[in-house]
Amino acid sequence: MEQSEIVRSIREKISNDVLGYHSYCGDETLVVRREALFNIMKILKEEFHFEMLVDICGVDFLGKEPRFEVVYHLNSLSRKMRLRVKVPVNEGEEVESLVPLYPIANWLERETWDMMGIRFANHPDLRRLLMYDGFVGHALRKDYPINKRQPLVKPKNEYR
Amino acid sequence: MSTDKTDQILADAPGSMMLNMGPSHPAMHGVIRIILELDGELVKKADLEIGFLHRAFEKHSESVTYNQVFPWTDRLNYVSPMINNFGYAMCVEKLLDIKVTPRCEYVRTVMSEIARLSDHLTCIGASAMELGAFTVFLYMIKAREWLYELIEDVCGARVTVSYARVGGVKADLPENFADRCRSSFKKIRETLKECDALLTRNRIFMDRMQGIGGISKDTAIGYGFTGVMLRACGVPYDVRRAYPYHAYDDLDFEIPVGENGDNFDRYLVRMEEMQQSMRIVEQALEKMPGGPVNVDHSRIEPARTVDEAKMGRIGEIYDQVVNVSPNLEGQEKEEYYQVNPDVKSVVIPPKQNSYTSIEGLMNHFKLIMYGHGIRPPKGEAYTCVEGGNGELGFYVVSDGSDIPYRVRVRAPCFTFVAGFHTMIEGAMIADIIPTFGSINMIAGELDH
Repeated sequence: MEQSEIVRSIREKISNDVLGYHSYCGDETLVVRREALFNIMKILKEEFHFEMLVDICGVDFLGKEPRFEVVYHLNSLSRKMRLRVKVPVNEGEEVESLVPLYPIANWLERETWDMMGIRFANHPDLRRLLMYDGFVGHALRKDYPINKRQPLVKPKNEYR
Repeated sequence: MSTDKTDQILADAPGSMMLNMGPSHPAMHGVIRIILELDGELVKKADLEIGFLHRAFEKHSESVTYNQVFPWTDRLNYVSPMINNFGYAMCVEKLLDIKVTPRCEYVRTVMSEIARLSDHLTCIGASAMELGAFTVFLYMIKAREWLYELIEDVCGARVTVSYARVGGVKADLPENFADRCRSSFKKIRETLKECDALLTRNRIFMDRMQGIGGISKDTAIGYGFTGVMLRACGVPYDVRRAYPYHAYDDLDFEIPVGENGDNFDRYLVRMEEMQQSMRIVEQALEKMPGGPVNVDHSRIEPARTVDEAKMGRIGEIYDQVVNVSPNLEGQEKEEYYQVNPDVKSVVIPPKQNSYTSIEGLMNHFKLIMYGHGIRPPKGEAYTCVEGGNGELGFYVVSDGSDIPYRVRVRAPCFTFVAGFHTMIEGAMIADIIPTFGSINMIAGELDH
């Protein structure tokens, strides 16, 4: 089957939950509803052979509504095709964790939480990944200043 | 946090011991901390902590122009920086819908494979050294030195190369590069033969590698493994074949796969891949197409250039090569024309144009000045290349300005470290070291 046909059949299958679709630069992209994400991913994995979750990342569109987008990149080894699934998320909203489907989602979601502050529901262990525990804020948000410093070492007199 | 974790582990499993491995453990390369729960010497549970080398690549990329991201990408996987360069360049080119010249595709292929060779040499050398085979380390680092010399010939730097540009590369290959490459490869082949004799049938090496650190095919795919780690499990997935880029489609090479997915298979796959890489480079150098020479390359005297330009007779000297040695940049070759396409919105014009004609000068400044620069249309693109470790992906979101809105790197060894605990749980402490060596963790890309 051609890639576009596969994507068409995916869209027909989950037509109620698809908010948008484009194939800009040849990257097939689906924008789906946040609540339906887990089921969609399950369908994609089990029926459409997207065995590999390549990447999860967040994009912060500060000033827009909804503010964030969580971007999932999928790869099908058997069909040699890729698919991007995007989920619009607002501040404070949670996305269902994909750990039961793809174990790699564990760390990728932790990183997204760490960097973007997007929470994942039912994640087994949602800790920060790259930053330390006492870090305040989420570094990759657009409203986090690039020059901001949070030194771990306190000034001498604070220990007294 | 660490104390909480320790207390919790001890409370959950009385009688077991908690051990901190790293970040100052030499085999952890100073950048990984493993919190181990041990029963005697058996690893019952492992929790990895990363982020010690977090340098905010993605955040920094959002504050510089598209071409200024290249030096950051050098520092992702710092043993094969060429591939990172090209991966990012491909992503921006995809956004801009630019096709690079055939010669540039071949140059990129050659340099990628040289980078892959140096990556594998470092990985095997370092992991062999961690098992006590210091000779192999020295041999392989020496072999890598020959490759670094080649890279230095091409771009002037050894490690932080910044060789790629959007729409092409910084400069064409130097003269006699093919011959120098061949003679280096001859030496490297001999070195590899020696290392093969030292390691492959070595009892000590085999005992520590065979059957250790194995991972099943399904777990590996679930954890998003790519590259050598996945191929060692028997999955013949290689980005160069699955989604061909550069000139890989025209070249003949094999994808070695393993069977058991253990450390020894990874070692064998890497050894074979190096042979294949050399094969690719030799073929590519054979087939290297000439550049699209679209200008008259008659040379012109420098004094005449200035005189003509003063009189406004630009048309006559435009696109001619200034005959000085060294000229303003020490360049006598027509390199920009040969490797880079003639896309004015992206590629900086040849120096003789920017110094002698107003069009060239304007073109140059339009690309260099802050607030102008390369401006991909609004949109997003993801490209992947086969990095030294596996699928190296770049996801760039553009908002139409000259600064990338979001740059995301999909680091291959991030997935390996995420799945590392499955490889060592149930094994002995001593098995951690060869296993960790075989995943070729590069903290630069792991921690972004």
